[in-house]
Amino acid sequence: MTEVSLPLFLVFAAVGVFGAVMMVTRTQPVHSALYLVLTLFSVAAIYVLLHAEFLAVVQILVYAGGIMVLFLFVIFLVRPPVPGEARWHGGRHVLLSAGLAVILACALGWHFLESAPAAAGNPSALLEGGNMEQVSMTLFRYYILPFETVSILLLVSMIGAIALARKGEGV
Amino acid sequence: MKEQLIQYLAVPMLQIAAIIGVMLLCVMYLVLWERKLIAFMQVRMGPMRVGYHGLLQPIADVVKLLLKEDVVPKAADRWVHLISPIILMIPALACFAVIPFTGTSFEVGAFTIPLVNYDVPALTVTSWVADLNIGLLYFLAISSLGVYGLVLAGWSSNSKYSMLGSLRSAAQMISYEVPLGLSIVAILMLSGTASLVGIVEAQQEAGHWWLFWAPLGVPLLWPQFIGLFLYFVAAVAETNRAPFDLPEAETELVAGFHTEYSGMKFAFMFLAEYLNMILAALIVSVLFLGGWLPVTFGIPGLSELFGNFLPFLGGAGAAITGFFWLALKVFLVLTVYLWLRATFPRYRYDQLMSLGWKWLIPMGLAHVMVTALFMLLRG
Repeated sequence: MTEVSLPLFLVFAAVGVFGAVMMVTRTQPVHSALYLVLTLFSVAAIYVLLHAEFLAVVQILVYAGGIMVLFLFVIFLVRPPVPGEARWHGGRHVLLSAGLAVILACALGWHFLESAPAAAGNPSALLEGGNMEQVSMTLFRYYILPFETVSILLLVSMIGAIALARKGEGV
Repeated sequence: MKEQLIQYLAVPMLQIAAIIGVMLLCVMYLVLWERKLIAFMQVRMGPMRVGYHGLLQPIADVVKLLLKEDVVPKAADRWVHLISPIILMIPALACFAVIPFTGTSFEVGAFTIPLVNYDVPALTVTSWVADLNIGLLYFLAISSLGVYGLVLAGWSSNSKYSMLGSLRSAAQMISYEVPLGLSIVAILMLSGTASLVGIVEAQQEAGHWWLFWAPLGVPLLWPQFIGLFLYFVAAVAETNRAPFDLPEAETELVAGFHTEYSGMKFAFMFLAEYLNMILAALIVSVLFLGGWLPVTFGIPGLSELFGNFLPFLGGAGAAITGFFWLALKVFLVLTVYLWLRATFPRYRYDQLMSLGWKWLIPMGLAHVMVTALFMLLRG
């Protein structure tokens, strides 16, 4: 990272963590959703700092612009929360999630200590000919079969969801 | 370091300030133009009292909105109610960063700022804030965030009408984003780049606007007319304008998502709507109508005729001419926008959905296929 991007990274990382913490601690689901959008944005900003502009834009387009709007849609249509209804679920949950967090942190830390120096190198060197071109070349030239398989999988789940939703209508 | 600071910080700041200032002025007079044009179409006079033929009416409106009391419903979620107009405004303004307003850049010689004696080195100032190689995707991504403003405004107002309006807007904007994206794919294939500057340059290289791309060399067989139609219809729906203004349908929902808004917050929502209209017109002009290229571009013998009105200014003259042509195109597209409002009645909700999903999306897919086929045939 250059001298400019390090402080920027720290700012966005702090905002992202703040958003994530606020998201899990709010009792109002709409507020949680908004903090999640904030976190998604900070992650997109970090992608930009890593020269992955395409990934950043797709992150905003798909997660912030599409999926989270549908989340909000669902939250609106379910029963509004009664104030004071949210309960503290006790120590077991905290213990479990803390344990999982530690395991995740260890795994990531080990990975970066072992293999990062080689992979990180110079990210901008990977981008000869532009970000979007690189992604599409890789996707459509070398991984076309997995790509198409995933899209069929999504199609199947979509049809399944429609069939479940319209059960009993004689469709 | 100093040069970099000026090039990457001071110049963009000034550009952003200039764009915001000019665009807000444009919105004010777009509203007046809308009222005047629709009045003309309905054989009325429109605003006449403030200034000559109502020319100062927008200023009076702004002063009124600034001075109005800010009413927040008692049961509203105060914070979300406050931030939703801001969430609407920011994406609308942020999208202007990638728009190329004219092709030639301005050369600014070295000069010294008086009083503080600060030496500014020679600079090249472009008409765009940033030329991203993913410019078009950036536009799609950022403009898709505007829907949060509408949805949250409706929810936070805690009113049935607002809520209905915002639910409609969420469904409508998500549905019409798909044909909007599909209509752009053909342009991306033709240009081979997603940079908006690159798209206009590709049209310059091809010798015609993408709208008049004739793959078989036959005049009037212009597949991109379908693309323009798809994009325009989807953009009208995305900006919630008539005949797709269901989120604020005043005959059924009072004012839809902004029923509970007044004063400056209402003004922000209004501004965002008109900024999005200008943005849609700019994107149409850049993608299909050749951006800053003159209107005679592509006609044999006339291509270079109106390239520079002010030849004695050199490069700056060409830049100003380019800006003029883009502004003219945007003005015409916006006029069509307003014309639609005066002509068509509002769609019913189920009609809106079936138009989007059963007509526009299949048309968009077919349009991509046909364009690809033509490109292959041409080799």
